[in-house]
Amino acid sequence: MTTLNLPSYLDQTDQVKKRFDALKKRDVILDVKKISKKFDSPQGEVEAIKEISFQTHKREFVCVIGPSGCGKSTLIRMLAGLETPSGGEVLLDGKPVSGPGPDRGMVFQGYTLFPWLTVKRNVMFGLEMSGRSKKNAESEARDWIDLVGLSKFENAYPHQLSGGMKQRVAIARALANRPRILLMDEPFGALDAQTRTKMQSNLLDIWKNIDITILFITHDLDEAIFLADRILVLKAHPGEVNEVIEVPVPHPRSPEQMITPEFLATKKRLEELIHEPEEDVPMNLTLMTDKSDSVD
Amino acid sequence: MPSSQKNVKPWFAVREPLSQKRATCLTFLSFLMPILIWSAFSYLPFLWHPKVEITQPGSVTWLQPGTLIDKAIFKEQQILAEKNNTALPEGKPANPVYLPAPHEVVVAFYTAFTTEPKRRSEQWLHESLWHSVTIVFWGFFISTLIGVPLGILCGTYSVFNKLFEPFIEFFRYLPAPAFGALAVAILGIYDGPKIAIIFIGTFFQQVLVVANTTRKLDIALLEAALTLGAKNINLLFRVVIPGILPNLFKDLRILLGWAWTYLIVAELIGTSSGITWFITQQARYKNFENVFAAIIMIGIIGLLSDLILATMGKRLFAWENSRGKIA
Repeated sequence: MTTLNLPSYLDQTDQVKKRFDALKKRDVILDVKKISKKFDSPQGEVEAIKEISFQTHKREFVCVIGPSGCGKSTLIRMLAGLETPSGGEVLLDGKPVSGPGPDRGMVFQGYTLFPWLTVKRNVMFGLEMSGRSKKNAESEARDWIDLVGLSKFENAYPHQLSGGMKQRVAIARALANRPRILLMDEPFGALDAQTRTKMQSNLLDIWKNIDITILFITHDLDEAIFLADRILVLKAHPGEVNEVIEVPVPHPRSPEQMITPEFLATKKRLEELIHEPEEDVPMNLTLMTDKSDSVD
Repeated sequence: MPSSQKNVKPWFAVREPLSQKRATCLTFLSFLMPILIWSAFSYLPFLWHPKVEITQPGSVTWLQPGTLIDKAIFKEQQILAEKNNTALPEGKPANPVYLPAPHEVVVAFYTAFTTEPKRRSEQWLHESLWHSVTIVFWGFFISTLIGVPLGILCGTYSVFNKLFEPFIEFFRYLPAPAFGALAVAILGIYDGPKIAIIFIGTFFQQVLVVANTTRKLDIALLEAALTLGAKNINLLFRVVIPGILPNLFKDLRILLGWAWTYLIVAELIGTSSGITWFITQQARYKNFENVFAAIIMIGIIGLLSDLILATMGKRLFAWENSRGKIA
């Protein structure tokens, strides 16, 4: 096996470095301060998340990745206000948040469109909740549906849409509320590989065109590197920040970049961080075929 | 392709749907089978037929044409007549009076609607039937009016759940007919107590069933609504209620069936009325073909109303079924 001669994932071109410098000077949108989460279980108290702190800057795309059981979902649910942290606090634009609210949009892994509402009425839902008139909400919803390219389907019901389309509507629905941050909990996890790649590009296009900061949870390394400015790598038991990686892949992103040295170097680093040797149980294999049939 | 390879689907495949043709065929058969069995017992003289219908009394003075007697007694009389060398009684195998043949019931079904009531104070059959339908309707309607909102509240808010469900859980084990005497004492002898019995039989189950259906709503939909800014009353009216409607409708269809099953008991309370009055009256006259006809009528009304509701449900909740994607 030949080893690729990869650069360090820490090497950044001037262009990338400049971009990060500019990014760090922007306002902090989400400031997570030492939040932790403990659950009661029959075996006693379990610490799912231990003092996680990080910040996201305006219009930054942050991915959270980690081994299973690191509490990625718990983390994002706490940020959304669907779970209460056991300790620490979450600041949005410097103000502490408690409970869910339309200032933090959320796209879930499962399909959560309201099946009894058309695409248009789904997108209008949040707008109507904020007290907009129906007419006003409708024209605004149309713009968002147009943005995700589903104008033709505005009167369709969710069961008539493909998985990818459903998630596009879910994104439009969350964005229609003009949230300060968009929280995405493995939104493309249930999609097939081709659709997923397409959705990733679509998401970057949306992100580029509107004023939104995104926090995106995934377990897919390629997805994280392809999408993120920075990747928050967690470790499990308890969930803690292991490392924050500044992705050295330049913008604008395209799928062809997935085989560039800086992409692969980042992926290698992520694999090192996420791989857990203690979980490998060796198999007990004996040769059960003719030697002449060797596949090597 | 060789004929042996022809793609014939097996009849018995675990959880595989049948073709439309086969399904229709079996549905038809499910009604045909009991009718065939009934016909066999009615028209094949060698099947069962424990009685003998006298055609010729012969020398037996106490027999008359048309009398039904046990086979054994008929045999005795024949032997007796033979010994005395007198005229033999003749007869044909027959079923007891409580098992009329299908054609008799069909005739009864028709004549029941066309025969005038025996006394002027009595009702036509369709009037009795209509009276029964109104009793079921009011009992079910009042129960639904209170039971559905209460069930939804119990399924949505823990406060209502803990406040109401334990007592309802206890009360639903009390048999509704046990409240008959009490209902008459309070509500009089006419329709009041009957509606009350249907109400008692339906209401307590209804609250629990509806609460359970409400709890089964995908929590993710509520969470999504929360992150979109929905609160309290909006969560209830814009998410919970529309979300459970299709299942609620199915629940009500099943519960309506239960309401019907309480009808006969309910109608025996106070003054006997409705279809039950018709049935008991006809049984008293030994017109069992009329009894059969009336029972079948209840079945037909139940089945028809359920079919209508099922079609209505499909229309109303078109967003629910997953046939045909447009994308």
